[in-house]
Amino acid sequence: MSLSADDVAKIAHLARLAVEPRESEALGRELSSILDLVAQMDAVDTADVPPMAHPLEMAQRLRADVVTEEDRRERYQAHAPAVENGLFLVPKVLE
Amino acid sequence: MHNKTIAELSIALRDGQVSSTELTTQMLQRVKTHDATLNSFVTVTEDLALAQARAADERIAAGAAGPLTGIPIAHKDIFCTLDVRTSCGSRMLEGFVSPYDATVVANLQRAGAVMLGKTNMDEFAMGSSNETSYYGPVRNPWDTETVPGGSSGGSAAAVAARLCAAATGTDTGGSIRQPAALTGITGLKPTYGRCSRWGMIAFASSLDQAGPMTRSAEDAALMLAAMAGFDERDSTSAQRPVDDYVGALGSPIKGVRIGIVKEFMGEGLDAGVGASVSAALDELTRLGAELVEVSLPNAGLSVPAYYVVAPAECSSNLARFDGVRYGHRCTDPKDLEDLYKRSRSEGFGAEVKRRIMIGTYALSAGYYDAYYLKAQKVRQLIADDFRRAFAACDVIVGPTAPGTAFRLGEKADDPVSMYLQDIYTIAVNLAGLPGMSIPAPASDGMPVGLQLIGNYFDEARLLNVAHQLQLATDWHRQAPADFV
Amino acid sequence: MQWETVIGLEIHTQLATRSKIFSGSSTAFGAEPNTQASLIDLGMPGVLPVLNKEAVRMAVRFGKAIGAQVAERSVFARKNYFYPDLPKGYQISQYELPVVGSGVVEIVLEDGSTRPVGVTRAHLEEDAGKSLHEDFHGMTGIDLNRAGTPLLEIVSEPDMRSAKEAVAYAKKIHQIVTYIGICDGNMQEGSFRMDANVSIRPKGQAEFGTRAELKNINSFRFLEKAINFEVARQIEVIEDGGKVVQETRLYDANKDETRSMRSKEEANDYRYFPDPDLLPLEIDAAFIAEVVEGMPELPDARRERFESEYGLSAYDADVLTGSRIQADYFEAAARTGGDAKLTANWVMGDLAAALNKEGVDIADCPVAAADLGLLVARIRDNTISGKIAKDVFAAMWAGEGSADQVIEAKGLKQITDTGAIEALVDEVLAANSAQVENYRSADPDKQPKMLGFFVGQIMKRSQGKANPQQVNELLRRKLGG
Repeated sequence: MSLSADDVAKIAHLARLAVEPRESEALGRELSSILDLVAQMDAVDTADVPPMAHPLEMAQRLRADVVTEEDRRERYQAHAPAVENGLFLVPKVLE
Repeated sequence: MHNKTIAELSIALRDGQVSSTELTTQMLQRVKTHDATLNSFVTVTEDLALAQARAADERIAAGAAGPLTGIPIAHKDIFCTLDVRTSCGSRMLEGFVSPYDATVVANLQRAGAVMLGKTNMDEFAMGSSNETSYYGPVRNPWDTETVPGGSSGGSAAAVAARLCAAATGTDTGGSIRQPAALTGITGLKPTYGRCSRWGMIAFASSLDQAGPMTRSAEDAALMLAAMAGFDERDSTSAQRPVDDYVGALGSPIKGVRIGIVKEFMGEGLDAGVGASVSAALDELTRLGAELVEVSLPNAGLSVPAYYVVAPAECSSNLARFDGVRYGHRCTDPKDLEDLYKRSRSEGFGAEVKRRIMIGTYALSAGYYDAYYLKAQKVRQLIADDFRRAFAACDVIVGPTAPGTAFRLGEKADDPVSMYLQDIYTIAVNLAGLPGMSIPAPASDGMPVGLQLIGNYFDEARLLNVAHQLQLATDWHRQAPADFV
Repeated sequence: MQWETVIGLEIHTQLATRSKIFSGSSTAFGAEPNTQASLIDLGMPGVLPVLNKEAVRMAVRFGKAIGAQVAERSVFARKNYFYPDLPKGYQISQYELPVVGSGVVEIVLEDGSTRPVGVTRAHLEEDAGKSLHEDFHGMTGIDLNRAGTPLLEIVSEPDMRSAKEAVAYAKKIHQIVTYIGICDGNMQEGSFRMDANVSIRPKGQAEFGTRAELKNINSFRFLEKAINFEVARQIEVIEDGGKVVQETRLYDANKDETRSMRSKEEANDYRYFPDPDLLPLEIDAAFIAEVVEGMPELPDARRERFESEYGLSAYDADVLTGSRIQADYFEAAARTGGDAKLTANWVMGDLAAALNKEGVDIADCPVAAADLGLLVARIRDNTISGKIAKDVFAAMWAGEGSADQVIEAKGLKQITDTGAIEALVDEVLAANSAQVENYRSADPDKQPKMLGFFVGQIMKRSQGKANPQQVNELLRRKLGG
């Protein structure tokens, strides 16, 4: 499995990571070597095996519909990079 | 005093041989003296520690002390600690002060333990050498030119160097056991769901587990007793009572069936490590355990499966670090895309980015079945292998890591060779089983880890087997010469 | 060429739980920004979700209301994408295994005919926060109070063939979710939001055309207009030799047009996978039985019951069961009033007119159902006439008290004492002897009409309080004599 520069760019965009063109080739090589390792899985036939999402066979527990949280905005926004009037600020989002 | 285990310190505190304040002051002094070399702590909470020590002394004086009251410990920096910096080894969370406590942290605090500070770790727990930390590598107290293992490398080095009596760690693919092995301490990864994940910054949610890192199995039992338990804030927390781990430590191990995994004892294992493991197995036999050979035919696929499941989950878990509500934000973003991309690229290190990219790829349209679904199926095969093995044995024993501590930088440029450090530990996480590493005889003066794997929620038996071995040997009592 | 429109709807209903789907934050609308955003809603490091039982109950209730299969086991999945109002970088939703499987609802078209529309599935998910585009030095403000509010996304089959059908379907779903109490249905506050998938194809062609998704429509009127605009646009594109592209479009109500949202389109790859923080949702028969037991009567059943139990016409029953609150009001009023038909007339007549005139929702009606019932009862027991009742109702609406209080205070009680009425009749007959003569000599066919004059005089003299039936009776007797 070998990832092209285009593949790397596409994945980086999906993951919102900036990859400089000069890093792209080395990164592509590293990722490809990891995918080669991963490809060892192909050696085993799993056609009839159910996928395992969780280690434990448990069902989801349900919470009572009770309001337990109070306003802690000031505390929670203490480390926010940009806040005004209680809102988190980000560069203009274009609709 | 710093060479004593928790069990020993607990008696000393209760008998008044030392106060928690004295003990804590001593330990803080040791951190000051030694940590410039080791870099095992990223934050030392001196004032908080002394305040907690004074409270512990009052509790001891009042006769209300438990076994952990007044014991100085440290937390891996992956655990959120109220009003204390929580950085997860990353620039992304540099200066982040958590507004809440992780359940494991709160549980230990309730038990009276004193927090000395937060320990260094591989960034977001991704690494096996502690070299991916933004706050610099941790050095192994046995040979400071070597790594302590990772990702809980800071906790391992601090416990091995006697800078704290015990520490918390987390283990997603071997992050408690491998550093425990490389630094000659005892580390336990409990069954998935045994310790709450609330407040433990997620790497791979279906694999992550918190556990104790200590200098004896008995101490691990004491720590786990306080850490474990059902937590209603974690949907994956097991709703079952916590066993009496300490109470179970007295049973002889005569007749206990020890499974030897044939796939773990062959190719890829360092000869010195192999010899140490054999010596430990001989000792177990001498204590009356029966050795049986078991097979985990799909265990060889655990590393490949893991490097799909863990990155996939991490690619999603780490999406919240976007520079909007907390954490690193790039300067003067020109638009939203720029904010995301630069904040994340500046905030994350190379290994984290690699794993996010692999995970993103594995989940992306057209590749999901070939990678993610396939890995989940292989995961099932591995869990089935263990189920069969545990029909024939009670505890599986083998090596924790393929070799002893390697030199700093030795594997840093080769991700795949680094990943193979966890070749014996990863299957345990995929299956969700409890696993433990305890010291075996050293090899060339460097620690070797013996891995014990138990059946689901069989921590008590695992701890007892380890304890019996430690009663009969002094491997776990060896200390790095410069730190005694 | 003749074109056929194909429409499918995705409706997001906010569930009326007290707390959020995965956290203990309040879901109340209108709070100060980010004051209802907890650690979990903010996606802080290390936090974990735990599912709200009431949200599950509500989803099950909807499933049973449309006769759908409720999944014994469903799975929460992560939908991964970056957006500032999505704090974790993923939305917890359901993907391959939703909690509610396929069902069907009957819609009523304008000509009174009905037709079934298939519901493909309904799944639980969390709402996102809100982006506020007012100017913060050229920045966008993010409020996460709404983040984590439970949603039930109801996905239809592409079964609708016109904007009107789509509106009828949306109204039907609105009626059901408000009836069963799982959604407040408040469209201004965004509790009920619609996306429409619209495509066209030549009449007779089996395969579907390329569809456009019209996003986030929050009124039935806009739904109709948006679809109509979009259909016309697509026809124009194709007839001009172009191709409809699959894309997301936004309806702009000010300009009455839809426009492309390319920003949201690029490289959508949501990378769904099962959320490892949540375990499979298992719903057993006992859980379903409990939900069914607490299920209120559904609109269709209620309409039929109104016809059979109260003897109402199909039209009246349909109007009165249009919303649960209106149907509840009617039933409560009819219980006190003791005359269903008369009560129905009042609810659909004077009450509806007053509500309409003042722009008041029946939920906020100043006249309580029992009070309207009492007014009806006073008409029935002849305390007041239907005419006087209108004045009493106006006073009740103005807050002057109950029917009895108003009747008492204004002295509107009907005169039913035969002696008193007879005296009135005699006075009027004596004062209008010429008219009496005319009446008596008139053609019997014309007499009933002429009787009205005397009735009017008597009613006037009694300030409208004389019982009209008694007045008529006495008049006929005396004039005939």
